[in-house]
Amino acid sequence: MKLVALGAALALMSAVQAQDASKEIQRYRQMIAEGSPAELFELEGETLWNKPQGPKNVSLEKCDLGRGAGVLKGAYARLPRYFKDADRVMDLESRLLYCMETLQGRSREEATKRVFGSADRPAEMESLSAYVAAQSRGMKLDPGLTHPKEKESVALGRALYFHRTGAWDFSCASCHGDEGKRIRMQDLPVLYKPEQARPVVASWPAYRVSTSQFITLQWRMNDCYRQMRTPEPNFASETTVALIHFITATGKGASYAGPGNKR
Amino acid sequence: MNSIRRALVAALVFTLARPFAALAAWNKEAFGAKTPGDALKTLGIGNATPSKDVVIDAPQIAENGAVVPVEISSAIPGTTALIVVAEKNPFPLVARFDFKEGALPFVKVNLKMAETSDIRVIAEAGGKHYVATKEVKITIGGCGG
Amino acid sequence: MRATLGQGYTDVRVLMTHPMETGQRKDSDGKLVPLHFIQNVTVKVNGKPVVDAQISQAVSRNPVFTFRLKGGAKGDKIEVSWLDNQGESNSTEAAVA
Repeated sequence: MKLVALGAALALMSAVQAQDASKEIQRYRQMIAEGSPAELFELEGETLWNKPQGPKNVSLEKCDLGRGAGVLKGAYARLPRYFKDADRVMDLESRLLYCMETLQGRSREEATKRVFGSADRPAEMESLSAYVAAQSRGMKLDPGLTHPKEKESVALGRALYFHRTGAWDFSCASCHGDEGKRIRMQDLPVLYKPEQARPVVASWPAYRVSTSQFITLQWRMNDCYRQMRTPEPNFASETTVALIHFITATGKGASYAGPGNKR
Repeated sequence: MNSIRRALVAALVFTLARPFAALAAWNKEAFGAKTPGDALKTLGIGNATPSKDVVIDAPQIAENGAVVPVEISSAIPGTTALIVVAEKNPFPLVARFDFKEGALPFVKVNLKMAETSDIRVIAEAGGKHYVATKEVKITIGGCGG
Repeated sequence: MRATLGQGYTDVRVLMTHPMETGQRKDSDGKLVPLHFIQNVTVKVNGKPVVDAQISQAVSRNPVFTFRLKGGAKGDKIEVSWLDNQGESNSTEAAVA
């Protein structure tokens, strides 16, 4: 009897401790959010947006992110979506790349030479993503879901989420597939559940305090695949855009908090 | 007239050439100390009285030691300085804030902590010292790049 | 930098771009990145120094500080400057909103 009671007490204690740990981590997240270096990336992004570049020596100011040429307010909140001129579904970064190629005349090779930067030298995509995403702060996420290609994209994303592949036979669901899983201190969100996808899509792209880097969604997907020991996906590939589309669609309706701050 | 003009020009040139002149030289010895005791001794801080009026607001758990947000303040009247020590850091003295007329003894700052340890904050008021400590557990995050 | 009025005080939040290198980090070539960090931070209100800080390399990269000033009125000029161990300095100004 005594042993059982002790066991129950211990179990209760560790459950309470887990709860406390969760609360304290929330406190940590709240405190690092107040005053975020992400703002520095937003400012740099604004400069880059207005900077004439490429053979055509033109800025990105006329780039159409879905709400009209040069309209930034609310544009991020409606991505990914289908773009008629490119005849494909695009996320923020693939659309930025498209504008770099078409408006500025830059080659894909040159523009994607260094898409993921480092703490000492951020890449263009990071600052531009921060700037554009910030213009949708406070708005409800509303990715495109009605066009046939949009439906295909979300379906592809869902299939990819559960598709096991690579050296370790992992899928996204291997880690993000069941309730109550964690890696070290991080609770792993189950991203095909709307209530768990919403806080996630509401806070990316984000500044990672542990690496001092501003991580974009393309970068995040790329790194997930790296950790799954699969071949590296191409930047802004159909794969990565579809995954981003699926997760954003699952989290639709979330109020976008703006570029975030993460551990 | 000439001498006044010359003095003004000299002052302007000085300002442009040296835009920053620290009010207090950086205390190399204190910041180079390898134990909290040595650092505080170098700063002339002996026994500090524990006080609930020295407040440390920090999370109990930090997801990463690279950024530990800490908000410190003192309700002790006449507080002129706050000194921050991270007990187990290779160089425990992290910062010294001197407050003059016009500023409240309050600061929020992000620190690097090498491992789980106490944060010790000493308030200097009227030549006396008061102390508070708080433990922050340092963890390493998941795996998301 | 943002300076906002509270109840009888003004909060000044300032972001600084600085690597705050501890001298213990290795770069991608395996070489130690030299010690490079802000040592002094000064806050001035309408030209008068109110906070004088000495900090170490243990302050996080891209430091974010919040200072609190007594009182404060709209239009007060706040200046924050820093000086690092390699002799570099910078400063920024803002008016209380």
